[in-house]
Amino acid sequence: MTEIAAGQRLRSQACGTEVIVVRAPDQPVELTCGGSPMTAEPAAAGAAARPKPAAGGGGGGGGGAQLGKRYLDEPTGLELLCTKPGSEVPAADGRALTLKAARPLPASD
Amino acid sequence: MAASGHPDRVAVGRLRSTAADAAPLSYPDLLARARAGAVALRERGATELVYLGVSGNAFAQALFASAWAGIPLVPLNYRLGRDQLAELLGRHAGALVVSDLEPPARGPVLTTGAWDALCARPAADADPWRDDQDATAILLYTSGTTSAPKAAVLRHRHLTSYLLGSVEFGAADETHAMLVSVPPYHIAGVSNLLSNVYAGRRIVYLESFTPEGWLESVRDEGVTHALLVPTMLARLTEHLAGPDGHLAGPHAAAVPTLRNLAYGGAKMPAPVLERATRLFPAVDFVNAYGLTETSSTIAVLGPDDHRAALSGDPVAKARLGSVGKLLPGIEAQVRAPDGAVMPEGGIGDVFVRGDQVSGEYRGTASAVDADGWLATRDRGWIDDEGYLFIEGRADDTIIRGGENLAPAEIEDVLLDHPAVAEAAVVGIPDEQWGQDIAAVIVPRAGHAADAGELQAWVRSRLRSAKTPAVIVFRDSLPHTPTGKLLRREVLADLLANP
Repeated sequence: MTEIAAGQRLRSQACGTEVIVVRAPDQPVELTCGGSPMTAEPAAAGAAARPKPAAGGGGGGGGGAQLGKRYLDEPTGLELLCTKPGSEVPAADGRALTLKAARPLPASD
Repeated sequence: MAASGHPDRVAVGRLRSTAADAAPLSYPDLLARARAGAVALRERGATELVYLGVSGNAFAQALFASAWAGIPLVPLNYRLGRDQLAELLGRHAGALVVSDLEPPARGPVLTTGAWDALCARPAADADPWRDDQDATAILLYTSGTTSAPKAAVLRHRHLTSYLLGSVEFGAADETHAMLVSVPPYHIAGVSNLLSNVYAGRRIVYLESFTPEGWLESVRDEGVTHALLVPTMLARLTEHLAGPDGHLAGPHAAAVPTLRNLAYGGAKMPAPVLERATRLFPAVDFVNAYGLTETSSTIAVLGPDDHRAALSGDPVAKARLGSVGKLLPGIEAQVRAPDGAVMPEGGIGDVFVRGDQVSGEYRGTASAVDADGWLATRDRGWIDDEGYLFIEGRADDTIIRGGENLAPAEIEDVLLDHPAVAEAAVVGIPDEQWGQDIAAVIVPRAGHAADAGELQAWVRSRLRSAKTPAVIVFRDSLPHTPTGKLLRREVLADLLANP
């Protein structure tokens, strides 16, 4: 199991999804994306270009992981920021992460 | 992220200008230039990048290039005298200096034009981006209103935390543009570059603020958002509303595209804000409070709060004098002189905590305590709904006969007098009281002010213990370039020329 720390960049081995850990989980979790563990190393060549699986892929509301969106695992507090979009949404111990709603704050600078 | 999320948008620059340092750069352009700039920094073996100049494309490239190269960016104040500049540059001996001022640097110096040209080169051999959240991103000198300037250390994790806590990626519309008139050596000059790139909002720089130039830029560039320090807003409202408060002309204040105006950096005088909200009724006002040491904004008073105050709600009107509520990632405590946490509503020293709070200065121990709390050195209090009120710097508090008096309260009352354009209240040594209150007044043009009348004005609105014993008149008050009143200079002048 990969140690997950805030600030760490992790990549999917199954699609183009890349994330940065915003908040580490309060207990160890198995972080996967498209069924394979997420790793610090870049995805194997060609993985990003692999076609989207026919069904059951997405999670998190469909459409895969979206650039700039944040994804939450509520039971552990794990929060990820998607820095590269992909066809799959990460999962913690098999639970698909949920899209975190944007907090409306006024532009202050 | 911004380059892949908004490949077609302009990141920085003017759409209707031919000035070289304001040419529109897209997000992919800015990314390519950051890489090329990083190569140039590596080739020169620079350990830091000093940027000594005005806002512009060169600055935006400097910030991202230094981050790509993994070295700190050190924005310096271009208004400093040669001696002070030489002293500060001496602290950054391994730096590449970008400046048009022929600075007294020992190391290599590039003009902004030369720097821009290096950033425009192809950079196929750039090193890959390194994720090092602990690396120092920015060394930023505090304004030094009460002591010598210190370099605050802002690491990538502080700035990232600020961004994630306050901005949503891609939140801006394609048509949004932010007019920035704060200089690069102000924390807001750094933080707005990050937030606007993250939000996908084009940045338009105004090198040097004048009311006319600001209005022209808003109109020419279709500016939707703007960021001002209080002295700039004061000058803008003075320009638009003459001494009698009437508009210079029917369309003088027309800014049809402007929808959001953020202010901060120093205390906003209530009369200036009132005038501004009357001049720009369709604009959302936002007050941002933060310190260099906290990676910019930590509390925000939003448009709804401003509107509620205008509608006459007395509680909301009082809260217009606050700096609003804390950002989600920030906690605050108000402490008594003995360190005890004050109950709600108690006035004391404001402490803050959060991931964006650095509190670290170069060459000294961290100012953050073991539990992560930083003394802001501001005095204030928090109301029952979490609104934070800042009364002024702890160092500015006047202690008269054992009673703590905040200069800001007395200044606000003086500023309400029609003959007063500017007011500074300081404590002067007094045998009987320890300290007594002195006020320095800049009279409004065309008005005669009288010390006795102003004393009666304050006495009738506050009380005699808060009435200045001494009132003197001056042509101007000393400010930092970003609008902070230099109280120690006010006091020195007062003691030298009573």
